[in-house]
Amino acid sequence: MANVIDDETIDYVGILAELELSDEEKEQAKGDMSRMLDYIDKLNELDTTGIEPMSHAFAVSNVMREDLVTNGDGSEATLANAPEKTDDTFIVPKTTIS
Amino acid sequence: MSKNYETVIGLEVHVELATKTKIFCGCTTAFGGAPNTHTCPVCTGMPGSLPVLNKKVVEYAAAVGLATNCKITQKCKFDRKNYFYPDNPQNYQISQLYLPICRDGHVDITLADGSTKQVRIHEIHMEEDAGKLVHDEYDDVSYVDYNRSGVPLIEIVSEPDMRSAEEVIAYLEKLRQTIQYLGASDCKLQEGSMRADVNLSIREVGASEFGTRTEMKNLNSFTAITHAIEGETERQIDLLEAGKEVEQQTRRWDDNNGESYPMRSKEDAHDYRYFPDPDLVPLNISDEWLDEIRSNQPEFKEEKAIRYREEFGIPDYDIGLITDSKKLADIFEEATAECGEPKKVSNWILGETMRILKEKSLDPEDITFSPANLAKLIKLVDGGTINGSVAKEVFANIFDEDVDPEAYVEEHGLKQVNDEGALKACVEKVIADNPQSVLDYKGGKVQAIGYLVGQTMKAMKGKANPGMVNQLLKEMLDK
Ligand SMILES: [Zn+2]
Repeated sequence: MANVIDDETIDYVGILAELELSDEEKEQAKGDMSRMLDYIDKLNELDTTGIEPMSHAFAVSNVMREDLVTNGDGSEATLANAPEKTDDTFIVPKTTIS
Repeated sequence: MSKNYETVIGLEVHVELATKTKIFCGCTTAFGGAPNTHTCPVCTGMPGSLPVLNKKVVEYAAAVGLATNCKITQKCKFDRKNYFYPDNPQNYQISQLYLPICRDGHVDITLADGSTKQVRIHEIHMEEDAGKLVHDEYDDVSYVDYNRSGVPLIEIVSEPDMRSAEEVIAYLEKLRQTIQYLGASDCKLQEGSMRADVNLSIREVGASEFGTRTEMKNLNSFTAITHAIEGETERQIDLLEAGKEVEQQTRRWDDNNGESYPMRSKEDAHDYRYFPDPDLVPLNISDEWLDEIRSNQPEFKEEKAIRYREEFGIPDYDIGLITDSKKLADIFEEATAECGEPKKVSNWILGETMRILKEKSLDPEDITFSPANLAKLIKLVDGGTINGSVAKEVFANIFDEDVDPEAYVEEHGLKQVNDEGALKACVEKVIADNPQSVLDYKGGKVQAIGYLVGQTMKAMKGKANPGMVNQLLKEMLDK
């Protein structure tokens, strides 16, 4: 493995992903990430000069809809699987940014 | 202050687009629905759902770009901005980082001293709005409503070209006017359909490097923006004068206390790990489509003003104020078409309409009366059916409830009394009842007649023909 993920990086990724990893899981994730980066390095060996980057796997563009209301009241389905809810809202732990 | 400082300001302006549906699904964008009624699997980020772009969003965004002299990115795409917050059900916001739809534009602003200045626009991109959180006052919970989640926004990012609150307000007014002319948004700061984040830094006059900037949020009126700019300028200068450094941070402006507070903690790193959204295919705006959007651009303020001068012959002062607002211009044109009296329509707009707007702290965009009713009112006055003061009373009702003035005058018995006999009888009584005023008048105090006119109008419940009353009084007193 050419790429080595250090503890600091894995902790930072954990914060960004809102994940709390055990030491064992951290080690495993470090290995996974290293292999992914190695694979990217492998891809980087290809000469892509003059090739426009693609953002999508299909050669399709302009999939659009007209500005017409097609959905009705979706609240029942939206709230159906909420772990916690009132009659019409989700309930989540208070997370004020301050 | 020992040194000379200048304030350097750039703005990020979010504008909610006036589409009927959300940017990636067929849910309505209407205001005021019960929580979560305007939602579906797409705008609540349910696994397996697929976003489909609303064509109208592209057209509005490109139209705003063309109107602000931007280059349109004809091959553009959407990216995911990743962050966790409960108002964002997908855990990412669909936005545009790499290829925003518009780039390198500018608008010209006019300042109070008559000078003009160009403010460059770095880019305009399309993105989706977030849901709404209501924090419980007592419990440690928040309630989430996703009705606004997925409502289309454009974010207009300026270059750091502004140097004062005045320039910032002029820039915002210009954007608002342009976008309202396009019908792309109503741009109401109070209601959040237009939001401005202020990036501000301080540097010594003449310095070529920028100072460290802060970003201020929660600015929902022009007054709050002005206060925040003044407050933050002072805070940063104080830090520099004390030999301290300005910390790059996001701050929340509290207009009640006139202070700003740092918003985000260190852990909330600004690392959004943008990447192209694989659920959305690239967007190709063809030359034909772009031409079509260009040909649908409306007549903007400047062109309108030239036409008004030629077509209606009203004073430049009137033209300037009316064309400042698309809404006022629309009312002016429609009412004038109905009654053929441009100057009278202009007087009603600049006089009573503006007065009531100011009194009620409303914007022209809040006006709901139909221009046809204003035109009818003007005809009623011109035809001698009602007098000027009754007209003002009727107009207040047109403004509030869009009443039909003809029906209203009929129903409330407000027709002007032009009957000479009735007026004469009333004037005679007023003369008999006010001997002192009569003596004053005859003794040379000409203004005493004003009091007698007032008494007559009062006796006639304001409906007398004021010209006739004046004439009758003079005739009788001068006898
Ligand atoms: Zn939806």
